[in-house]
Amino acid sequence: MALDKIGIAKRIAQEVQDGFYVNLGIGIPTLVANYVREDIEVEFQSENGVLGMGAFPFDGEEDADIINAGKQTITTMPGASFFDSSMSFAMIRGKHVDLTILGAMEVSENGDIANWKIPGKMVKGMGGAMDLVASAENIIVAMMHTNKHGESKILKKCSLPLTGVGCVTKVVTNLAVLEVKDNAFYLLERAPGVSVEAIQNATEGTLIINGEIPEMAI
Amino acid sequence: MINKKVKNVQEALADVKSKMTFMLGGFGLCGIPENAISELVRLDIREVTCISNNAGVDDFGLGLLLQNKQIKKMISSYVGENDEFERQMLSGELEVELTPQGTLAEKCRAAQAGFPAFYTPAGFGTEVAEGKETREFDGKMYVLEPAFKADFAFVKAWKGDAAGNLVFKGTSRNFNPNMCGAATITVAEVEEMVEVGALDPNNVHIPGIFVQRIFQGKNYEKRIEQRTVRQKQ
Repeated sequence: MALDKIGIAKRIAQEVQDGFYVNLGIGIPTLVANYVREDIEVEFQSENGVLGMGAFPFDGEEDADIINAGKQTITTMPGASFFDSSMSFAMIRGKHVDLTILGAMEVSENGDIANWKIPGKMVKGMGGAMDLVASAENIIVAMMHTNKHGESKILKKCSLPLTGVGCVTKVVTNLAVLEVKDNAFYLLERAPGVSVEAIQNATEGTLIINGEIPEMAI
Repeated sequence: MINKKVKNVQEALADVKSKMTFMLGGFGLCGIPENAISELVRLDIREVTCISNNAGVDDFGLGLLLQNKQIKKMISSYVGENDEFERQMLSGELEVELTPQGTLAEKCRAAQAGFPAFYTPAGFGTEVAEGKETREFDGKMYVLEPAFKADFAFVKAWKGDAAGNLVFKGTSRNFNPNMCGAATITVAEVEEMVEVGALDPNNVHIPGIFVQRIFQGKNYEKRIEQRTVRQKQ
């Protein structure tokens, strides 16, 4: 069974380690916060200017002045801080954030990522994604392995305008966990019940399969 | 104390003109200068360039200026959530310069701090870097980005005093402090104007030197874009 979005978020949550400052992108990455182990200390950074982001507020307690980068109302944890946009990106550009998790439309085997523009169709902008991927050393991409027509989004070369070059280190999809290195996708884990052949068929980029590939433990 | 206080938004914006370049604080609809935007609509000035992280929504924030076709060019990092924006952009009526968010913030801060330009890794190898000078430092490639130049910066703070000192609340801070002093004239509107001396100097976020005009704002709507809540168990 291929994973749903929550399954992808649960698997990525296992990558979050004690003492990490983590930036979560919009979409599946936002869900990751719900599944991080409770026995470790992690602080979530949102690039609009908060470190130590908490859960959504209780009904009636929402504050228009406290939102995340997805413009959702949020709360803060004890020890949280607010800051301006320039300082927020100093945290990001200055490599003070340990882990960046974001979505993508396409990734390629050399670690390129595209997620901000479909020429002629959709231009929403890059937001903070270009700053994040240009500086972060630990980038995990959360995405579906194929598009709605069944075409691979795990490619030899991205077809869409790039967000960043040679930056993605790991990809977690509905089918697999992939490590990106040496111009290839290394298959690390399969989604429960998904065969190596199915992953191979859904991957356009170079896929390296070394030995038995374990199922994800979720 | 040098007094920066003006009567109201009309006095603060009395000399804005068509074809000027404006900076506007805010992230989404959070921390936007609502009073200044309303006044820009009322003044009906035209062909302006707006530097703002987002472009509002169809019927609020900068969306109001877009509806009125007052904007010639937008410089932003993210412009989703606005159908009229998308329509004007795809039809070519509106010129759009998309800029990575951290670069946008730093182009403001550079103008504030007197740097003509800076190198950033953001956008290297993408269309954002096309035509720009690039340079290698310690084995990594960077793009040269110039500071912004603007006629007015319109910012919104939580509290302020007649000296122009500002305090922001929560994430409504965002781009507002970076835009203070980054334009020829900075106009600050505040939710609460306090007596000079009431703000603890230890806790002032923006010193008054960066602000030319300050006024007590009114009728703040503070609209929430994505109201997300959980239920009490």
